[in-house]
Amino acid sequence: MNGLNISVSPHIHSPRTTTKIMLDVIIALLPATVAGVIIFGLRALAVIAVCIASAVIAEFLFNKICKKELTVTDLSAVVTGLLLALNLPANIPLWQAAIGSVFSIIVVKCLFGGIGQNFANPAITGRIFMLVTFGSMTSAAFPTIVDTVSGATPLSVLGEGGKADTLDLLLGLRGGAIGETCTIALIIGGIYLVARRVIVPHTPIAFIATVFVLSLAVTHDAKLALQYTLSGGLFLGAIFMATDYATTPVTKWGKVIFGVGAGLITILIRFWGAYPEGVSFAILLMNILTPYIDKLTAAKPFGGAKA
Amino acid sequence: MSFYLSGVHIPHKKNTAEMAPVRMNIPKTVVLLTSMHIGKPALPVVKAGDHVDVGTLVAEQNGVVSSPVYSGVSGTVKKIEDALLAGGTFAPAVVIETDGLQTKDLNILPPQINGYEDFITAVKKSGIVGLGGAGFPTYVKLDVKDTSKIQELIINCAECEPYITSDTRTMLDKTEEIEYAISLFEKYLGIKKTVIGVESHNKKAIEKMKQIAAKNPNAEVKILPSVYPQGGEKVLIYHTVKKVVPAGKLPIDVGCIVCNCTTMAAIAEFIRTGMPLVEKCITVDGSAVKEPKNVIVPIGAKLADVFEFCGGFKSEPKKVLYGGPMMGISVPGLEVPVLKNTNALIALNEKDAKRPHSTQCIHCGMCVSHCPVKLSPMGIAKAYKNGNAEALQKLRVDICMECGCCSYICPAKRPLVETNKMAKTMLREYQNAQKEKDGKK
Repeated sequence: MNGLNISVSPHIHSPRTTTKIMLDVIIALLPATVAGVIIFGLRALAVIAVCIASAVIAEFLFNKICKKELTVTDLSAVVTGLLLALNLPANIPLWQAAIGSVFSIIVVKCLFGGIGQNFANPAITGRIFMLVTFGSMTSAAFPTIVDTVSGATPLSVLGEGGKADTLDLLLGLRGGAIGETCTIALIIGGIYLVARRVIVPHTPIAFIATVFVLSLAVTHDAKLALQYTLSGGLFLGAIFMATDYATTPVTKWGKVIFGVGAGLITILIRFWGAYPEGVSFAILLMNILTPYIDKLTAAKPFGGAKA
Repeated sequence: MSFYLSGVHIPHKKNTAEMAPVRMNIPKTVVLLTSMHIGKPALPVVKAGDHVDVGTLVAEQNGVVSSPVYSGVSGTVKKIEDALLAGGTFAPAVVIETDGLQTKDLNILPPQINGYEDFITAVKKSGIVGLGGAGFPTYVKLDVKDTSKIQELIINCAECEPYITSDTRTMLDKTEEIEYAISLFEKYLGIKKTVIGVESHNKKAIEKMKQIAAKNPNAEVKILPSVYPQGGEKVLIYHTVKKVVPAGKLPIDVGCIVCNCTTMAAIAEFIRTGMPLVEKCITVDGSAVKEPKNVIVPIGAKLADVFEFCGGFKSEPKKVLYGGPMMGISVPGLEVPVLKNTNALIALNEKDAKRPHSTQCIHCGMCVSHCPVKLSPMGIAKAYKNGNAEALQKLRVDICMECGCCSYICPAKRPLVETNKMAKTMLREYQNAQKEKDGKK
């Protein structure tokens, strides 16, 4: 009897793989993606296609050139490309979208060692790169399926003392990035991820609740606070980007701290900052703090004295 | 702190739970290792040509932590050879050619017990070691000197590994022995409280154990969640009596004695009959096995013979384990023998034997949230990669019991248990070097 395999235990493994997790994230993003295309038209689909394609090609070429194991089959580049696209307005020049996507993959992800090794969220950092480079986000796109909405994004409107319609905010009939407007679709995706145990709801709940409570504290108006909460990129950021594995804490309390911190920074920027929206900056800043939050909230080993 | 410690949901695959054990035919040769326990190998007392019967001593206890070895077959000692152990070291093995008569050693008589000392001596002589898999000589655990230290006896009936049902069979078929063993423990060790821990999915066994508790006001059955690893000693103690055993301490330091149910039954049988530990019920299963069974085998039977008794293989085995798939040890070939602490033999086909391809850590934290002893395997892996022993000390890698939850759950299929093992070695070397440095000062 020859050829018995020898290996260290365990000898069985859970069916869950990195690829399956990424696939679940893509599935969870589909409602928001479909909603974005319906709301903003086929131009949105073009942006999504360009972002995904350039992300995948960029990662493939990087791995080839650097003679690294090919990782595009793990679908993480697809997730990054899709997330970036959903964070962009539908009318963005396609070449800009492509550059942003390549920046996300090469500079933020691959140069730091690839999947799991980056300290900053690639899609968020890519979006911020584009914001400061092209000023892309200042010219938000507006829905093409309804002609009632025009002028400015709800955050600008609210900031100037204007009014918004709560139902429109829930359905996504407002100006903004492709995937950020349809709150209902985002919540459906979030519930899917929690049900599939891909994420725990700690960060999104802490993040969104903090924004609502602080908006209430600033405005003293519950309806207005709710509209602030439903505006901008909060739900997209809180559900899909503040839960990114590599760049956010692993402990449950760490996740809560991350959410509260991101909510606080979002409010500071929204009410007192130079930009109308602060979700991306908030997540990026909290990404930087993540290793310290993890250290602070690490569990005490069972039966071990405090280290 | 949550009520239950973490762990993983794994497939149970208890295919053999309903199968009463069958006795295998006596193989032509058996190989009795002198090291089937934690501690010093036993010392052979027979030589080539000697005749042995069932129950004859072939190797005597050698040292404070050691255990004697008895023959489970009648026949002639063929030779004494050096055998390779799972840990990579060598120890003598007694090879016996059987005569198939199974004549009983005439010196086998029930032991006379008049108190604590006699009881410990009897358990020492029985050759019984932790039969749940640990292989720690049972008498060492029971010999607490001051019995007033013992507050609870915890009977480990959590058979948390997939496939294995040998403990389940003990609970179903040897309920009376377990009951008798509890009474012996109460009498000689002054046990005042017994807690029997059984996993929630093991319904029939729970019924049987409840029958014991119904007759004994000092015994209770504690139903454990069906989450791996309930059978881990420190996990079991926490889930049954809510006590935390500090790192580096033993259960007795918090007033507990933990004993596997099959070990209990074996003690009862020895006290009743005087027949030492010479045979075992083991589960034979896995995707390559033709007829999965619970089999009573003489200790020392070669794996090849046991598998043959189970109809051989339906497909070529590519991995064969002593024990279950979570913590079992893969063997190099089928010529190795069944040991005292073997509770299962699992043979896996090519598909199941394949180790999944390992990719980069995605920092998902599942290894952290599923670790029953609250360690950070991903942090340990990083510290180990960086050669940072000081960080390993802070991360308490020494607490790791190598249960396998982290490796099992990891979506990137990182070999985390392997890393933890190597990290433990690195930490030990570092600590020894530190001690030496301090000694010189």
